Amino acid sequence: MKQHICTHINGEATEFLCDAADTLLQVLRDNLRLTGTKEGCGTGDCGACSVMLNDRLVCSCLVLAVEAQHSQIETVEGLANGDSLHPLQQAFLDHAALQCGICTPGLLVAAKALLDHNPSPSESEVRFWIAGNLCRCTGYDKIVRAILAAADNMRTTHDGAQS
Amino acid sequence: MQYQAPTDLADVAALLASADGKGRVMAGGTDLLARFAAGMPKPDVLVDIKHIAELMDIEQASDGSFTVGAAVCGAAISEHAALCSAWPGVTEAMDLIGSVQIQGRASLGGNLCNASPAADAVPALIAAGAICRILGSQGERQVSVADIICSPGKTCLDSDEFVVSLYLPPRPPRSADAYLRLIPRSEMDIAVAGAAVNLTLDSADVVVAATIALGAVSPVPLLVPRAADVILGSKLEADVMTRFKSVVSASCRPINDKRGTIDYRNHVAGVLAARAALIAGKRAAREGL
Amino acid sequence: MSRSPNGSWRSVGTRPVRPDGIDKVTGRAVFSADFNLPDALQGAVLRSPFAHARILRMDTARALALPGVKAIITASDLPEITEDQALINGQPPDFRDMSANILARTKVLYEGHALAAVAAVDAKTAEQALALIDVEYEVLPHVIDVQQAMAPDAPVLHDSLITQGITPAPSRPSNIASRHEQVHGDVEQGFAQADIILTEEFTTQPVHQGYIEPHACMARVASDGQTDIWCSSQGQFMVRAYCARLLDMPLSRIRVTPLEIGGGFGGKTTVYLEPLAVLLARRSGRPVKIQMSRADVFRATGPASGSYISMKIGALNDGTLVAAQGILCYQAGAFPGSPVRLGCMTAFAPYDIANVKMIGYDVVVNRPKSAAYRAPGAPMASFAAESLIDMLAQRLGMDPLELRIRNAARDGTRTAYGPRFKEIGYLQTLQAAQAHPHYSAPLGQHQGRGVASGFWFNMGGQSSAALTLNEDGTVMVTTANPDIGGSRASMALMAAEVLEIDVDRVRPEIADTSSIAYSDLTGGSRVTFAVGMAVTQAATELVASLQQRAATLWDIPVDQIDWREGCAVASIDGKQEILSLSSLAAQAGKTGGPIAAHVSINAQGAGPGFGTHICDVEVDPDTGRVTVLRYTAIQDVGTAVHPSYVEGQLQGGAVQGIGWALNEAYQYDDNGAQLNPGFLDYRVPVASDLPMIDTVLVEVPNPRHPFGVRGVGEVPIIPPLGAVANAVSRATGTRHVDLPMSPPVVLRAIQRAARRRR
Repeated sequence: MKQHICTHINGEATEFLCDAADTLLQVLRDNLRLTGTKEGCGTGDCGACSVMLNDRLVCSCLVLAVEAQHSQIETVEGLANGDSLHPLQQAFLDHAALQCGICTPGLLVAAKALLDHNPSPSESEVRFWIAGNLCRCTGYDKIVRAILAAADNMRTTHDGAQS
Repeated sequence: MQYQAPTDLADVAALLASADGKGRVMAGGTDLLARFAAGMPKPDVLVDIKHIAELMDIEQASDGSFTVGAAVCGAAISEHAALCSAWPGVTEAMDLIGSVQIQGRASLGGNLCNASPAADAVPALIAAGAICRILGSQGERQVSVADIICSPGKTCLDSDEFVVSLYLPPRPPRSADAYLRLIPRSEMDIAVAGAAVNLTLDSADVVVAATIALGAVSPVPLLVPRAADVILGSKLEADVMTRFKSVVSASCRPINDKRGTIDYRNHVAGVLAARAALIAGKRAAREGL
Repeated sequence: MSRSPNGSWRSVGTRPVRPDGIDKVTGRAVFSADFNLPDALQGAVLRSPFAHARILRMDTARALALPGVKAIITASDLPEITEDQALINGQPPDFRDMSANILARTKVLYEGHALAAVAAVDAKTAEQALALIDVEYEVLPHVIDVQQAMAPDAPVLHDSLITQGITPAPSRPSNIASRHEQVHGDVEQGFAQADIILTEEFTTQPVHQGYIEPHACMARVASDGQTDIWCSSQGQFMVRAYCARLLDMPLSRIRVTPLEIGGGFGGKTTVYLEPLAVLLARRSGRPVKIQMSRADVFRATGPASGSYISMKIGALNDGTLVAAQGILCYQAGAFPGSPVRLGCMTAFAPYDIANVKMIGYDVVVNRPKSAAYRAPGAPMASFAAESLIDMLAQRLGMDPLELRIRNAARDGTRTAYGPRFKEIGYLQTLQAAQAHPHYSAPLGQHQGRGVASGFWFNMGGQSSAALTLNEDGTVMVTTANPDIGGSRASMALMAAEVLEIDVDRVRPEIADTSSIAYSDLTGGSRVTFAVGMAVTQAATELVASLQQRAATLWDIPVDQIDWREGCAVASIDGKQEILSLSSLAAQAGKTGGPIAAHVSINAQGAGPGFGTHICDVEVDPDTGRVTVLRYTAIQDVGTAVHPSYVEGQLQGGAVQGIGWALNEAYQYDDNGAQLNPGFLDYRVPVASDLPMIDTVLVEVPNPRHPFGVRGVGEVPIIPPLGAVANAVSRATGTRHVDLPMSPPVVLRAIQRAARRRR
């Protein structure tokens, strides 16, 4: 029997029907056509399916869709505000932090979780935080630089707004 | 598969009992869902325990003991300053499990009940002398973590029982723990070997209590009292540590598998245990007199 | 194509945001698994649990009877490919093998070998149906090790496989598909001159390309047979050609629309799922989507060959290399076709050595058919060669870069594989390495520094580009090559450079196979060079057309018209007149209609690429764990069109090589089943394993390209194996000859060396 789930995705009240065994990743991609969240492994080892679930960074392949009942989910599709990019998205573009782009949505979601939690991460903190997001193209160098630059930029903007 | 998410502690055992052996408890689900993805048969009833307050709480009692809900995720444990400061080894062991994404879900209870020989948190919990509060339809019991895992993948819990919380006892001053594991990469791997050391120093930095537990070097996480005996009464001097290392290595009963060989595991368990003991010793000494 | 007075280009060499960037940071970009059609069925593939078995019987009746199952296919649904259809223009791949690889005919040859495919209303039903296909196997002995596979008593994979390249031809089948010999000078004489001879044996394990996007495709077949395929690959024309040959269809019947590709590295230069999806769609009358799981990707695609290499070098006491010899045995996987010949050609290509003899064996084993992986064949051979060079430097007490400089190939050096090098920048990479602060930085205890170099041919090939001028003066640049790492940006930059307009007025697009002429696939580091050449020529033609249109409007001879800053310029009656691109576009109707240029070429003159890497490691002497502390990749890149993406190629290639060197390997159980078909135990490098990867772009322009471009994508995966091994060897004081250098392997070497010293 299908279950009826009411949840919030990127701030929008969203309903869907799913089987108890469906993963959140399957529902996001197949039912809701939010295909920005990628499947790279289906076993929690690559991070391409990273989303925020009730303010925690998770692999959506390791979350059951039924667990989304009455929860808050954020995906890559919710990062930009209308047509204005999140500073992390802009930094990834400016620093050429993507090549093929398949890991990019997961990395952006993970990086946002990092900066929400730690606005001034060190290089090492960035590297360990994104260790669960595999990228095979870039060697991570430009990704790490982009995240550090976005953090810098967000702090400056934030400080500027306060002063 | 039926999904249930009770909010009342009392309902869990009842749901498990009614599933007649075909029920399964899910905390973070990071092991369970990965196994479903690999084609493992699904249970008839899946009981999600994350909506029950007792399972999601960390409590510190006035005697300094902690009760950690079995489904509290790793990220929440790492964010609990008092717990991290009292039990650096237990909390760092939990923190080593998987990525930040996994930490958003994985729990001590899940890591324990998954019953993997290589579980990172389990040796640390055993060394800490942690005790499980277990609830079932027949009532409640307290079991030491060291006695939970019977064989790889199997616990001593009945099919209608589940772990509610883990109790970390109050500890004397100048006590500390540490956990180290060996993985080929810096993150994201399963331990090839792991070692937890929990110890107490006296005012002269002499070890007066020690517990050593090892992971991934035997079918179930291993307590090594013989190794503890070596450092008891010592100040972790170099010659003591050399002996300690060889006793640890000699106590291992590992297998050859894709993650490591017998020889390598024996050797590395000794290296890790010695390093963990020194870290724990330094941490305990820092606590002052 | 004017260089500004300061010698730089106006667009080439700048770092604009890539044109497809926004789609890729917002999640809008459509990768293969993201493409859906409303009435699509889901496909699933039945795969062999055995490494080697005869298929005695296969019965699909029970599966077909399952409600929701719409079609099932097996090898009997694939056309028989005759010998004269096996090759296109006499070149590999062999389509009989490819056909038997996508669906096993009489035998399964590796665990994961496809046997049948199902289309059903949903993925769950398709999976259930797979379990209902009855297969009876006769399990056969298997072999996965290359040396064991070469033994006379080894289980034979193919009863008809007679070793090629041996005269007289052997009378019995074996697993040695071919023997390749490359002789330059006289090695016996060379070794006779040598003061020092060093010999060593090396092994490397198969490694997977490890793209994060699993293979996936969608196929739709209309009732008249017209077929559409949507997929990610390294070449939509490759997919079309391979499907047409495998399914015996005319090319005009198939349209392949390229979707965004989530990494390829050579691994997506063949087909696995597409022909199956077409057959299932044809049979069911509905679109069919098939996606691989990560385990399928590991078990049935890629990898790069594993190898056993025996190598020997001879040198004079002053360090001059006088002879080199190698026997290279590469695992082809289940069907012939390892890149061993390329290994033979590249191993010593960076050096001027008078006498070189290389013998390569292509050996089939019960593993998935190997596929191209970035500089196919070169990294393992280079690992052996660069290790020996490092051993020689240690023996001579000579700086390893000095030793390489002494022997470096220069302009005019005749390579061991034939041609003479022209305008190469190898020496410059060595000099840049010497001058880099990394090379003189102090090292601590248990630390070591390794250097190694690498060579790759780089390729040209058939390439098409269409430039069309829009009515408002913006320009479309349409090409036929999937953009794996930013090639849209480099195409736009080169077009903008020729047109002398801002790059944001140029929009690059990648067309389906019905919308543009043929192009070879994205591979061989050829796109920026060869497709870039087509784009450049098309842009040049476009400028000529624009000048012609201006001549018409001004009614003056075309040779009086210049093209400057995106405008036609002429001096008419002593007065400078200007017609901008926009006004020429707006008036196109008056001057002859729409303005466009379409260029299709077979680009020649690819410039060879050389790189030199420096790697510092620290080795934990008690556990054998290796940490990469610092890494610098230096490469002659010709001209960096978009330097950020060039750096990205160097960084990404270096890290893939580091993974190859340290922890990546296929593991098998005693039955030949893979033990680690997932990212948990197939250990690609993660961010916390690595330092920043410093890059130095040496720019020695390739004179045969309008902007001096050389391919850059493949060279950077070659040096890391040697650089890391040399660093670990120096840190531990003992030579490491087996990859990967995982902690247990390194510890064992340390312990052995300690025992030897005692």
